[in-house]
Amino acid sequence: MPRPELLEAVRPFDERRALATPLSDEQLHTLDRFVEPLSPDQLVWIGGYLAGLAAAHRTGTPRLVPAEDRDEPPLTIVYGSQSGNGAGIAADIKAQAEARGFKVRLKSMDEYRPGELKAEKKLLIVVSTQGEGEPPDAGRELHEFLHGRKAGSLGGVRYSVLALGDSSYEHFCKTGRDFDARLSALGAERAYPRVDCDVDYDDAAAQWIDGALRALAATNAHPVPHAPRALSRGNVTPLYSKKHPFLATALANLPLSGHGSEKDVRHVELSLEGSGLSYEPGDSVGVLPTNDPAVVAELMSALDLDPTASIDLGGESATLEFALTHTHEITTLTRPLVEKYAELADATPLRALLASERSSELWQYLKGRHLIDLVAEFPLRGVAPTQFVALLRKLPPRLYSIASSHKASPGEVHATVATVRYESRGRLRNGVASTYLADRIAEGDSVPIYIEANRNFKLPADPATPIVMVGPGTGVAPFRAFVQEREAIGATGRSWLFFGAQKFTTDFLYQREWQQFLKDGTLTRMDVAFSRDRAHKVYVQHRMQQQGRDLYAWLADGAHFYVCGDAEQMARDVHRTLTDIVAEHGGLSAERATEYVQELARTRRYQRDVY
Amino acid sequence: MNDTAQGAGPSQVERVKEESNYLRGSIVASLANPITGALAESDAQLLKFHGSYQQDDRDLRDERRRRKLEPLYAFMVRVRASGGVVTPKQWLVLDELARTHANGSLRLTTRQSFQFHGILKPRLKETIATVNHALLTTIAACGDVNRNVMCNPNPYQSPLHADVYAWACRISEHLTPQTRAYHEIWLDGERVAGGEIEREPLYGRTYLPRKFKIAIAVPPSNDVDVFAHDLGFIAIVEAGRLAGFDVTVGGGMGMTHSEPATYPRLADVIGFCRPDRMLAVTEHVVAIQRDYGDRTDRKHARLKYTIDDRGVDWFKAELAKRLGAPLEESRPFRFEHNGDRYGWTEGVGGKHHLTLFIENGRVSDAPRAALMTGLREIAKVHDGDFRLTANQNLIIANVDPARRQDIDRMLARHRIGIDGRSALRMNAMACVALPTCGLAMAESERYLPTLIDKLEPLLAECGLRDDAITVRMTGCPNGCARPYLAEIAFVGKSPGHYNVYLGGGFAGERLNKLFRSALTESEILAELAPVLRRYAAEREPGERFGDFAIRAGYVREVTSGRTFHD
Repeated sequence: MPRPELLEAVRPFDERRALATPLSDEQLHTLDRFVEPLSPDQLVWIGGYLAGLAAAHRTGTPRLVPAEDRDEPPLTIVYGSQSGNGAGIAADIKAQAEARGFKVRLKSMDEYRPGELKAEKKLLIVVSTQGEGEPPDAGRELHEFLHGRKAGSLGGVRYSVLALGDSSYEHFCKTGRDFDARLSALGAERAYPRVDCDVDYDDAAAQWIDGALRALAATNAHPVPHAPRALSRGNVTPLYSKKHPFLATALANLPLSGHGSEKDVRHVELSLEGSGLSYEPGDSVGVLPTNDPAVVAELMSALDLDPTASIDLGGESATLEFALTHTHEITTLTRPLVEKYAELADATPLRALLASERSSELWQYLKGRHLIDLVAEFPLRGVAPTQFVALLRKLPPRLYSIASSHKASPGEVHATVATVRYESRGRLRNGVASTYLADRIAEGDSVPIYIEANRNFKLPADPATPIVMVGPGTGVAPFRAFVQEREAIGATGRSWLFFGAQKFTTDFLYQREWQQFLKDGTLTRMDVAFSRDRAHKVYVQHRMQQQGRDLYAWLADGAHFYVCGDAEQMARDVHRTLTDIVAEHGGLSAERATEYVQELARTRRYQRDVY
Repeated sequence: MNDTAQGAGPSQVERVKEESNYLRGSIVASLANPITGALAESDAQLLKFHGSYQQDDRDLRDERRRRKLEPLYAFMVRVRASGGVVTPKQWLVLDELARTHANGSLRLTTRQSFQFHGILKPRLKETIATVNHALLTTIAACGDVNRNVMCNPNPYQSPLHADVYAWACRISEHLTPQTRAYHEIWLDGERVAGGEIEREPLYGRTYLPRKFKIAIAVPPSNDVDVFAHDLGFIAIVEAGRLAGFDVTVGGGMGMTHSEPATYPRLADVIGFCRPDRMLAVTEHVVAIQRDYGDRTDRKHARLKYTIDDRGVDWFKAELAKRLGAPLEESRPFRFEHNGDRYGWTEGVGGKHHLTLFIENGRVSDAPRAALMTGLREIAKVHDGDFRLTANQNLIIANVDPARRQDIDRMLARHRIGIDGRSALRMNAMACVALPTCGLAMAESERYLPTLIDKLEPLLAECGLRDDAITVRMTGCPNGCARPYLAEIAFVGKSPGHYNVYLGGGFAGERLNKLFRSALTESEILAELAPVLRRYAAEREPGERFGDFAIRAGYVREVTSGRTFHD
């Protein structure tokens, strides 16, 4: 807040004159010309700057450094409490710290990104303890982070903790003690000892504030330069590939779908530590899954094959079980497979189905079936392991649109995975890659991956360009990367996200993150469509339609338009709606509107990542 | 929710009220925001005045946080019905709303109102509108205003009930906020035109400093716990007619653990007024609290603190000044109990009334009894009324003698009855607490029946199975189930831990006192067993458990709120 005495100095000319100014008329005139076009904020800054100059003259010290000195590491105050006491104390600290010349950042724990910790130089934590020694709601995430495997070294961080509690509880101030112990264990330097406050906290807190600020002030004169980060745009090193995947450690694998959802969507975080891999928003991560061991076993048993039988894999020998688990696809039926299978099994009905004129019938047949169904229907008696493996194609990798910005989460890649499970012909069928990740990858396990660049799905080169993103379901993944990236680079362009899913209460993927992005302005606008919340189904294209006028205005302002997700239905509907909006709000004929949209695509302002 | 005052400025909630333009805030915009199931923080505060609390499912809170979902926000909607009286038609509307818009159950409260839980934001407006279409309302069911006016549902003396009930309705109407905001927001009423000045003659722009509760008791029953309310009236019957009321002021239950400046307090009897002075007395008592109540600290804002800070004599003088004359001398009355009497009773005019035990006030279908279905079936044919009691129970009132058997048959068909329940259970109350209440520190409604299950064998062993002992449990110290008046109270401190209080008066005339702090279930059972055994063995004829606990020295008698923590 501007202080009143600073505002006083920049009152209009006439009023200032009445204050018996020491300036000459000419000086006054110059001053007026200078301040006239300035904004209130600029005026306040200048007021402070001049006051500093004056103070320096009086005391004979060299010119004061303006308050916005970029080299001075800021003091970050992070607080978490259930009652509001913590917020009050944090505000006190801020006021006192600023009075002592600190540059201060004040964050509630739920607004603070744990990843920022390692960049802190001066950190003060105020945190309360709940009933059974738990952190307050706002602090749970940070608390978990510090106790989890993602918390890296915090060398260089100087900190102190103020713990709030009620000594009538068994676990008095436990959360504060936890924070203190973990920060220290992770290499941070305790600049001032922790203080545990009871219900009556005023004096203890005041003493701690004074002590902690004195301790941290000692370093104010020695700013530590930030280590430069060696990641540059458009420089994806093909160190690893489909053939030579990187073994990434899973850092997190957690469900995103709420209790009672019909979906099971996972958020998977993988470590790129030590790989040298990098990526850009819009790129994909390729996952090389393994087959479900139960399906492998069932197949071998149905075929009466010996798992340990040795087979040749391009010059290297391996067991049959290994090949069926790691290298070959054993579920999906393809036409070539069926052709070979029909010969090998000498299955006349199958051969008949392969006749060219019956292709739609074949498609119907293959649709609900997996290899195991074929084996059950047309037994292969006495097939040799090598013969069987020769039927199969290589297990394909699965590409997931990357859900993270490498700038926001250095050394990590995130994916949003919809677990595919359905029943067909009396059997439960599992998507290979999604259930591999969901069921068989726990934190700490290795996942073979590589990065697949996607030049056709890229943020505008100019960070000031507005963007419109349409990403229902897991199609929202790359837009998480987009928005994170734009936040990380401080992009000024507006952004608008359309998201859709079944139910608001359970399927709003990354809801809290979007809320935060909206709150801090990183995301300008968001429209949502939940199809199962009301009698008539509403999808993203309906929301686009409703906002057609604004959407067209964004396009007219040069916005880029992105679509990610289902190609078959959604992307078509969105495309049609986009064309309709252009026609309606641009006053164009259907033909001209189509041309307009084509032109958008040609100039790379309309990009899609659909599958 | 409680916000802590910093310094002596008006509390945050005061600012929200001041800036709300008579309770409008930006509620309409908050309801329309599709990104969150919650309202903006200040709107959630204002929403209370409209009869709804924003809550979230605390069972799911942590899981949802990990899943990057916001809490599962849902709304509690409280329906105001003076004296807890509704028609069967209204019952059916509420029953249907509970099933279609809320979590499938209806909650009868300790203040004779109905609560729905688990209403999602998109259904909130329709819920409130439907309640209004049934000629009930939610306005001022919560918030810093006069809440639901309670009165004894008295099934024994029908003409007297009619009199007292009529006064409860008049008081309620007299104190209803005048703002058009409620109609605009929920009932698509027209906005007050730009230049027109909204009038809130009694409350003003900032309403009251804190909630305000009124109850009317009819001795010998103190079922409404008249001393627990900011303002109370005790009916004085002379020669079979309502002569007037003794007036009580300054009662209230809420306190905060570890803050001795907060405490429960029983109201003082300050005089007597005739019925025709009742509205004037009410209005001036409310106005005094409006003018003198503490608006800087919400934990010190109830009338009880205003009175303790300035003295009862000051209050009487101020009231006399405003009324133009002092109240008359209070008249004698005698309370015998604060519980309900179950079963059929016959009233005057040949009508019959049935008081049903509703465990913790929860009306839902359970394997044991299809309570909700059964009551719905009864409501379809019943031509009297329904009355909620202050103990979370239900009276099927004004039944024609010829219909009594039908009602009994319907109850039996849905297995609704009281057979086999101990007197302890039938004199127990619990607040809602987890998972919906944002204030709860421990379980209450979901846990009390289990705790009673475990106490019952002990009672049977002591021969106390049929002895009424009032037991009340709350999930936090704010006191919704009026725990500090119970003979045994359990007040949640943290998950699985309760402070245990003993020594409350059986007729709600004396506060209890802390016996043991932060006990687990096994500790509760171990600590209570010897006390109950001794009570069974050593009690004097007719001696109540609360009285015994004091005589035997387990706790000291509490004579005023200020000494509650001593």
